[in-house]
Amino acid sequence: MSLLKLVNVSKTYLPDSHAVEALKKTSLEIKKGDFIAIMGPSGSGKSTLMHLIGCLDIPTSGKVIFEGKDVSSLSEAELARIRNQKIGFVFQTFNLIPRVTTLANVELPLIYAGVNKQERLKRVKEVINKVGLEERLGHFPNQLSGGEQQRVAIARALVNKPTIILADEPTGNLDSKTGREIIDLFTKLNREGNTFVMVTHDQEIAKSANNIIKIKDGEII
Amino acid sequence: MDFLELIKVSLDALRINKTRSGLTILGIVIGVMSVILLISIGSGLQTYITEQLEGLGGDSLFVFPGELSFGTDGGGTPGAGVANSKFTFDHIKDLEREAKTIKTVMAYIENNGTMGYKGKTTVTQVSGVGVEYSDVRDQYVTEGSFFSQSQYNSAKKVAVIGTTVVEDLYGQEDPIGKKLTISDQTYIVLGVLEEKGALGGVDMDNQVFIPATTAMRQFDMENIQSLWVQSISSETIPETKAEIEKILLKTLDEDEFSVLDTKSISGMISNILGILTAALGGIAAISLVVGGIGVMNIMLVSVTERTREIGLRKAVGATPKAILIQFIIEAVILSFFGGAIGILLGILGSLAIGQFFTTTVAPWSIILAFCVSAFVGIVFGVAPAAKASKLNPIEALRYE
Repeated sequence: MSLLKLVNVSKTYLPDSHAVEALKKTSLEIKKGDFIAIMGPSGSGKSTLMHLIGCLDIPTSGKVIFEGKDVSSLSEAELARIRNQKIGFVFQTFNLIPRVTTLANVELPLIYAGVNKQERLKRVKEVINKVGLEERLGHFPNQLSGGEQQRVAIARALVNKPTIILADEPTGNLDSKTGREIIDLFTKLNREGNTFVMVTHDQEIAKSANNIIKIKDGEII
Repeated sequence: MDFLELIKVSLDALRINKTRSGLTILGIVIGVMSVILLISIGSGLQTYITEQLEGLGGDSLFVFPGELSFGTDGGGTPGAGVANSKFTFDHIKDLEREAKTIKTVMAYIENNGTMGYKGKTTVTQVSGVGVEYSDVRDQYVTEGSFFSQSQYNSAKKVAVIGTTVVEDLYGQEDPIGKKLTISDQTYIVLGVLEEKGALGGVDMDNQVFIPATTAMRQFDMENIQSLWVQSISSETIPETKAEIEKILLKTLDEDEFSVLDTKSISGMISNILGILTAALGGIAAISLVVGGIGVMNIMLVSVTERTREIGLRKAVGATPKAILIQFIIEAVILSFFGGAIGILLGILGSLAIGQFFTTTVAPWSIILAFCVSAFVGIVFGVAPAAKASKLNPIEALRYE
């Protein structure tokens, strides 16, 4: 089943007077249960590709079709809703809110989704069990190790039962052993039916994916 | 995202920077407090002076020479026409004979002089009055006697003095029958008036009363300075005023006299004080605006500091509106707390000052201060909040 389709998508940035074409007429399809790794050197356009898949940005031309619906011309508020309901983000730098606990960090997407407190607590506990941090619910990010922080971020990405989980260099700030553990967690979650799209530099990490897409100069090769 | 969650998120954010939030709140506290304090001092002054003027007697009218206008247009100067007074004892007779609503008409002369007794001196107000004074002012002698009609008619150098003068000049001595010098003239003290306390900030007991006839000689006046008229009741003031004007116009020009009653005097003064109060409030409001700028400043810093957090919130589904509301609520909480504390301190401050000086905490000033502080929060919170809501999530997440 096709979850997301990119059809002839281009993205041009206009930082100053000269245009930069970050992505050139790229097409891509993501199916349910996929584990895709996107690889490419810096400036190859892989971040742009991630942002388009993540509905953080809209293409200059071409179409982004999410579950059969064209999202390339939606308003910012509508895109926010799709990100909230359909996409889970995992970042290289974890991006946890430092002043609140694990529980509050994980429940954040549910708050924006308007889920009531009781249901939020239930769902947070569910996903926190999946990432193995039952004991850390009341801890603040600075009381957790890097691997634990990334697990919290993964729990946050999973909590609203997203269609696709996007991971941008998820192991980039972790030592190799911890990185391996995170990828193993991805593999486990992927087997449970979650769809992953991951950007990485690391060949070893990429091997865990069942499909590797290489990108260079704004084109998939 | 429900409202309670938003408030919780904002409180969390504010709690993390306690000192900063506290100082920002302090700015609003000072603004709101000074608005309430200054307005309550202003309106206290207004109430005080109005009460004191009404203490002069609701049935009294004053006839001054010249055109008097206490108007807010800054027109005439009160008392400018004193030197050119054209009032004579014939006018008093005319008024007493012709008017139907007049109880008494008394010549009234006011001046300052240096009182002396056995080398001691004191500067007091010297009032030239008629024998009716005690009844008009409801103030009687407690020792000795007031001067008589015959002493008045023959302009004898006799005086009735207030208790402060007694203390200053005679101490433990009984002043009755003793000498009293006013400038270079020697008077005999006839009586001591009962204590009245202060009126409009003036010590009413630091006064010397002499016959108006004597006063005109003492101060070298050809005409009577002013007339103090008592109407038969406080209800007949307008009729009395009309009668006085009608009778005096027979011998005087329109611009040679003015009739004022205590009500219209107090109306004019409270008018002026009302403007003064508003001006004080306005000055205080400036500090509230400065406090508001403080809120805005801190909110801008907060938005910049939390750029990544805003990016993250947007990535996980916060709409621009949710971000906007979150930051406005933060600003409103700051100014709301500041407003609440400021109101409390303002009221306490007014009560404290009220121990020495009349203050009235005007309910409208509290409502005003409250609304203004909430308004300040919204107005000065909007710009930083709008900045936050417009952040591009991608750039915000990359922000170092």
